[in-house]
Amino acid sequence: MPRPHLALLAALLAASGVFALSDRIDPYYLDVLVGIGINIILAVSLNLVNGYTGQFSLGHAGFMSVGAYLSAAVTLFLGPQLLGAGGGTALAQNALFLAALVAGGLSAAFAGLLVGVPSLRLKGDYLALVTLGFGEIIRVLIQNFEPLGGALGLNGIPASTNIFWVLAGAALTVFTVTCLVRSTYGRGFLAVKDDEIAAEAVGLDTTRYKIVAFVVGAFFAGIAGGLYGHFKQTISPGGFDFNRSIEIVVMVILGGMGNTVGVVLAAILLTLLPEVLRPVAEYRMILYSFLLIVLMIARPQGLFNFRFDKSKS
Amino acid sequence: MINGISLGAIFALIALGYTMVYGVLRFINFAHSDVFMVGAYAGYFIGQHVPEHTVWGGTLALVGSMAVCALLGILMERLAYRPLRGAPTLNVLITAIGMSLLLQNLGQYFFGATPRPYPELFPVANYAFGGLVVSSSQLAVIGVTAGLLVVLRFVVLKTKIGTAMRAVSLNPKAASLVGININVVISFTFGLGSALAAAGGVLYALNYPSIDPLMGVLPGLKAFVAAVLGGIGNIPGAALGGLLLGVVETFVNGSEWSTYKDAIAFAVLIVILLFRPAGLLGKSTVEKV
Repeated sequence: MPRPHLALLAALLAASGVFALSDRIDPYYLDVLVGIGINIILAVSLNLVNGYTGQFSLGHAGFMSVGAYLSAAVTLFLGPQLLGAGGGTALAQNALFLAALVAGGLSAAFAGLLVGVPSLRLKGDYLALVTLGFGEIIRVLIQNFEPLGGALGLNGIPASTNIFWVLAGAALTVFTVTCLVRSTYGRGFLAVKDDEIAAEAVGLDTTRYKIVAFVVGAFFAGIAGGLYGHFKQTISPGGFDFNRSIEIVVMVILGGMGNTVGVVLAAILLTLLPEVLRPVAEYRMILYSFLLIVLMIARPQGLFNFRFDKSKS
Repeated sequence: MINGISLGAIFALIALGYTMVYGVLRFINFAHSDVFMVGAYAGYFIGQHVPEHTVWGGTLALVGSMAVCALLGILMERLAYRPLRGAPTLNVLITAIGMSLLLQNLGQYFFGATPRPYPELFPVANYAFGGLVVSSSQLAVIGVTAGLLVVLRFVVLKTKIGTAMRAVSLNPKAASLVGININVVISFTFGLGSALAAAGGVLYALNYPSIDPLMGVLPGLKAFVAAVLGGIGNIPGAALGGLLLGVVETFVNGSEWSTYKDAIAFAVLIVILLFRPAGLLGKSTVEKV
């Protein structure tokens, strides 16, 4: 088997291993671990768009919210009808959860398609702004949509997310993105990033590549949203605002754009940082933002990017 | 309509700061919206030491907060952005986001997270112009904005530093070759933009008299939208975009769609960018290889 497939298999085994031991692990650490896993999914999927394809999207939280709401809607509204009054067996519940996650991912991917087709004609800052705008529009729409709880959010989502699902999801995301970028097709993403005009000149359909990256990124953001919703058991539109998007972007940039390992490490670090700083709660966010500035000045190529070629810049 | 124009005037003031910094440095200063917040707070603290309801007291608070923020802007550029000159735009962008978070959280730490009522700095009165009622704070907003725009136009077009600013925004390298001190120009641009944001902050707080450390986020985002609407880097464009956005948002607020008002700004933006990708007054450039 090729290496990435082996790695995926190993990660899945590790995930089930951790799940088997999860009774013995302190629930607090488990929570942090789930947070890390979800952030890895988000950051790695955004890295496909921002890092590998070189498009700057600020709307990742918007796609996450689409996925979170739709998958929550599936388990809340469709679930009871499919499983019956008794709640069904554990297997049926897990199958439903899987279906809900996939539905969330697909709906987010569809939203990504809707957003991507018109906006990916724009470049740089304009694209960043339009994606930001779409993220905000999605949030306001959900806020005003009463069947989904409006501004209050959706409560009572079953707690289906466990450590296995999250780690498996993270592993699957890393696997998919790595394989996609390394494939013949995926070279196109890198070409679009390196030089769009040259890529176009050799006959690549750059818009198509951008849209594919965008849709795949949105799909995984939707999955992450679904996991998040079934983990917190309550979601509200305010949780998916502009700052959430920024958080994910920061992970990508800190990890080094287009460097999956770095991004994974950055996601871990940035999830742990607020937890580590918890004893100094009052200064927590001040320190966090201060560290961000210092890191950017000290290591502009990304904290975990060691392959930086100085002669290039 | 008057509401819309006064809101739009404030958006325009903030948008000018975005657009000027973008013109010179080609990056989005996310911390600008928090300079706006600091400006409102500076006005608040100065406002406690000057007599209320007087024109000169209000002016003093306004000018004082503009000075404070100009200083803050220059300091910010010096400490956070200058070390990154020449780095990829994205890194500067993240630094700006970090700066924005830093200001917000310092604000929450020092000023407290609870909203504070804003003092009435200018005399309060309502004037009626043939059935049209205008409050004095709205008049102040429109008057101050118009005044500042005239001053800004003068500075940018007629003074030496303004000419230098335009030169740097056209081509920084060439500008430094002809002997322009780029660092001075950039500091000046930051100072000027931040002062305008401070004026916007004080005026915004006069019209919506409750301030908190996170107050800058939404107006800042919308002002940024306004700057892009008009074509970012373009000063008249920013003013026009601000006014347009203010009027549209006020009309939406008055209609049955009022709960959607935060989305409208972005919807307008997206529609306009789809048809004019460089903004209303922006020139689109063809990329050459």
